[in-house]
Amino acid sequence: MSVELLQAAADSNRWGAIIPEVSLGCLALLLLVLEMALPRRAHRLIPAVAIVGQLALLVGVLACFNAPYLGTETFNGLLVHTRDGQFMRVFFLLASLLVSLLGAVSLARRQLPRIEFFHIVLVVSAAMMLLAQSNHFVMLFVALETVTVGFYILVSYFRASPLSLEAGLKYLITGALSSGLLLFGIVLLYGVAGNPLLVGSTESGMHFGHLQTFLAANPDHFLASLGIVLVLCGVCFKIGAFPFQIWIPDVYQGAPTPVTAFLAVASKAAGFAILLTLVHTAFAPYAGLVVPTLTVLAALTLIFGNLAALTQHNVKRLIGLSGVSHAGFLLLGVVASLHAGSAASAIGAVQFYLAVYLLASFAVFGVMTQLAPAEDATQELDHYRGLAKRQPFLAFVLAVGLGSLAGIPPLAGFVGKLAIFINAFDAQLYVLLGIAILGVVVSIYYYFGWIRVAFFGESTESETAAATPREGGDGQPCCGCCVTRFVLGLLAAATLVLGFYQGGLGEWFFSR
Amino acid sequence: MSELPFDPLLVAILSPLCAAVLILLAPQRFSAPLAWLGFGLPALLALHTWYHFPSGLGGDYAFASEYGTGLSRFGIALHLGLNGISMPLFALAGIVGLAAGLYALQSGAERLRLYLALLLVMQGGLMGVFASVDVFFFYFFHELALIPTFIMVGIWGGRDRHYAAMKLTIYLTLGAMLTLVGLIAVYVQSGAQSFDLIALRAALTAQPLAETVQHYAFGLLLFGFGILVSLWPLHTWAPLGYGAAPSSAAMLHAGVLKKFGLYGLVQIALPLMPFGAAKWVGLLALLAALGNVLVIGFVTMAQRDLKQMVGYSSVMHMGYAFLGLACLSTVGAGGVVLLMVAHGLSVALMFLLATSVHQRTQTFDMEQMGGLAQRAPVLAAFFVAATMAGIGLPGFANFWGELSIFVALWSFSPVFTVVAVAGIILSAIYGLRAAARVFFGSPTAEFARVAEAQAPADLRWAERVPALLLLAALLFIGFWPKSISEPVNQALSGSWAAAVDAGAPAAAIPFSAPAPVAVDAAAPGARAAAFTAVD
Repeated sequence: MSVELLQAAADSNRWGAIIPEVSLGCLALLLLVLEMALPRRAHRLIPAVAIVGQLALLVGVLACFNAPYLGTETFNGLLVHTRDGQFMRVFFLLASLLVSLLGAVSLARRQLPRIEFFHIVLVVSAAMMLLAQSNHFVMLFVALETVTVGFYILVSYFRASPLSLEAGLKYLITGALSSGLLLFGIVLLYGVAGNPLLVGSTESGMHFGHLQTFLAANPDHFLASLGIVLVLCGVCFKIGAFPFQIWIPDVYQGAPTPVTAFLAVASKAAGFAILLTLVHTAFAPYAGLVVPTLTVLAALTLIFGNLAALTQHNVKRLIGLSGVSHAGFLLLGVVASLHAGSAASAIGAVQFYLAVYLLASFAVFGVMTQLAPAEDATQELDHYRGLAKRQPFLAFVLAVGLGSLAGIPPLAGFVGKLAIFINAFDAQLYVLLGIAILGVVVSIYYYFGWIRVAFFGESTESETAAATPREGGDGQPCCGCCVTRFVLGLLAAATLVLGFYQGGLGEWFFSR
Repeated sequence: MSELPFDPLLVAILSPLCAAVLILLAPQRFSAPLAWLGFGLPALLALHTWYHFPSGLGGDYAFASEYGTGLSRFGIALHLGLNGISMPLFALAGIVGLAAGLYALQSGAERLRLYLALLLVMQGGLMGVFASVDVFFFYFFHELALIPTFIMVGIWGGRDRHYAAMKLTIYLTLGAMLTLVGLIAVYVQSGAQSFDLIALRAALTAQPLAETVQHYAFGLLLFGFGILVSLWPLHTWAPLGYGAAPSSAAMLHAGVLKKFGLYGLVQIALPLMPFGAAKWVGLLALLAALGNVLVIGFVTMAQRDLKQMVGYSSVMHMGYAFLGLACLSTVGAGGVVLLMVAHGLSVALMFLLATSVHQRTQTFDMEQMGGLAQRAPVLAAFFVAATMAGIGLPGFANFWGELSIFVALWSFSPVFTVVAVAGIILSAIYGLRAAARVFFGSPTAEFARVAEAQAPADLRWAERVPALLLLAALLFIGFWPKSISEPVNQALSGSWAAAVDAGAPAAAIPFSAPAPVAVDAAAPGARAAAFTAVD
């Protein structure tokens, strides 16, 4: 390797482009240092450091949103910086910020090490940010594994709870399986692309752009098709699409509620970020294979998610399975984006859907965290009976969040669904659209069932008595409590306002 | 036109919504004034737009204004305006809203603040539905008004409220979703890249949709709207829901919100997709005549529960509205708009009075009532008047609506006309029988016991004012139908008639009538004039 080549490679290492990720990693390390350096009674300040640090980073990323490096590849083609990547950065920062907040509330009630939780959340979210900007299978796999390994720990974080440990084990096994599939697919693609007997063979078959050129020159190659399907399978594990959703109910139930939120929102969004990147760059020449595959997956995911959620009584399982149906709606948007003419608009619709899904989901998970009983995994619908009388504010936030997830106007979720539906109609996906519409009607039943329990159900005396002592937060100072309530109020307000007035944000998402 | 320094339509929509938020935030003692403001201002503005509604508009919109909300990519903007079809309904929403609000204020419901706030949200949605020119916001405001209904049924409802709330939610969501798909279909297929009704009309006049597209899109809209308006056999949510709903919510929903579907069909579906309409009207007329009018007419007669009976009667009257639509003529559609307003006022009055009766007898079971007129003569008088209005006695607004529908229906199909007129006899039977059972005759043993425990008082002023408001509106339109029929005629003749004409099979329906609803009650022989206009 010549000196010039090294020189060129070094030049493409624009560290300035990944300052957010690097500083997130540094912040994570700082937390560990602080834990050692600070006296024990000052430890409760560390979560605050994590939260304030992330907030500062979020502001920084937003301020430099239109950075000069947009549209360029850095680190020798490992990363590509785009508008979509910037959006996902903000998305993951927001998600990890909210998870940290929920984690602070949830961990305050338990005798568990706290700092590691925040540390891992930060590392995972930095990895997700890199993942969303990856332009190379090596980067993709390394980032994805960082995320997955982080989640192995987070899912079984409540180590005293057998359900949490069980969830961790299940996530470990299925996660390893999905990583295996993904890796196998990558290797196949790399191998095929490197075959010198084929037209346009390339040594850098891991690079999305080069792979795209190669695939365009070799349509209908069997091994390449197999590789693509395997990679898509690996990604579908992350987004929880049918039939790769088997891990979801148990893992969502067993994982600590903040981690469930992280899985449900950020991990799913990360899956969609890579899915969108892959189908629009590397796999674009194989649209003839990708579109039918994703169409079938979307249909099955919509049907399965909604029907399975109907019978749930545990709210964490319910929200997990309803999340499967949301994956179906998002897949519908992804399929729509693969049809000529509506690509940009459909990607905008998917991103808007993700954004409002984040707002609504965290509103719901926030309420769940506040009301969680000592055994985190056993949150039943019955616990919400009469919530509107006991805690009107939380009941209001819950109703707004669930209403938005169900896609009821005037909440933001409706606009998200509408945008996806319009794009699907534009792309002439009538059958999928019909299934999605029926899915919405079915989903009303379980979302509204939850709201009904919270608002119309009469709470019995014993439940009221059991609920009262929890509200004080076990003698904790109610400062964190107030902050959480404030944030929940913000999420609900944003969900409401985005439902009827999207303003510049709407223009940003849809008019591209 | 308006000389107000602000946009009357926007203020009419926002003032109830703001009042709702303020009621929840402010202390209890501010609730009543805020509610007065939230219900009164839209009513005043509605009357203002009615009074100042310009003549000679044709199908154009008055009081128009437009505000961007960030969805310009899809051609969505908050475009407000009133034309001859929407103005009467906007006025209806204002009046019924005020009556429902006043009735709620005196009801002394548990958690009154939340109750008022939800009603106000509903009111804001209702004003928005009829003021929107943009189809997206038309749908959006409907849903905004619908959500509080579910909650109110669930919290303050009567018997079976949980079941009723769930059933209502699922049925109405299904209807709304079908409507939404139909609207998206029109949006995408028209190629107008806009949800603005004016732009859609322009695009579709220049380049009508293919007939197959019209066929399925109109079908989606017809059954979507049909569920929302309780088209037989998709009506089962209505009596159950109204039976369980608290009075003010039932007044607003049955009186105003339900008209959304009919309004959508008249304003959007018929002129945009005349060919599709022509294909479906046969089935629509059959379902409406046999199902809504005859079957439900007999079902209504069999009801013992007063509130259920009112609910079923409202389903039955929707049959007349569907029949009027099925005529695909200016007369028929004009009659539908008149009937929508009249029925909205009269059914709201009936729900109000039924609840007042319930407060005095502690039951809705008509078998256990009787002789209430001796204790509450004013209530009895109101009830008899409302019943007469429901039957369609001349002098009440309903008469003109039903009359012009029958006139139009005769040229569509004499058989259906006979069925429809027979339905009037049914409604006279159950209406008068209910009045007789509740108010006249000797008190039953059960009622005597209730009356002994707590002597039933006559209608209080707090109840009389909203009832009077509704009755006055009914009589006003009944004696001066021109106040509504003129703008309606303007909007329905001209481009509307031309568009609908284009799709109608010429043999079935004569379209020679230029301004048939322009009947003036003050002039003698109005009835004959209406008939000659059609001939």
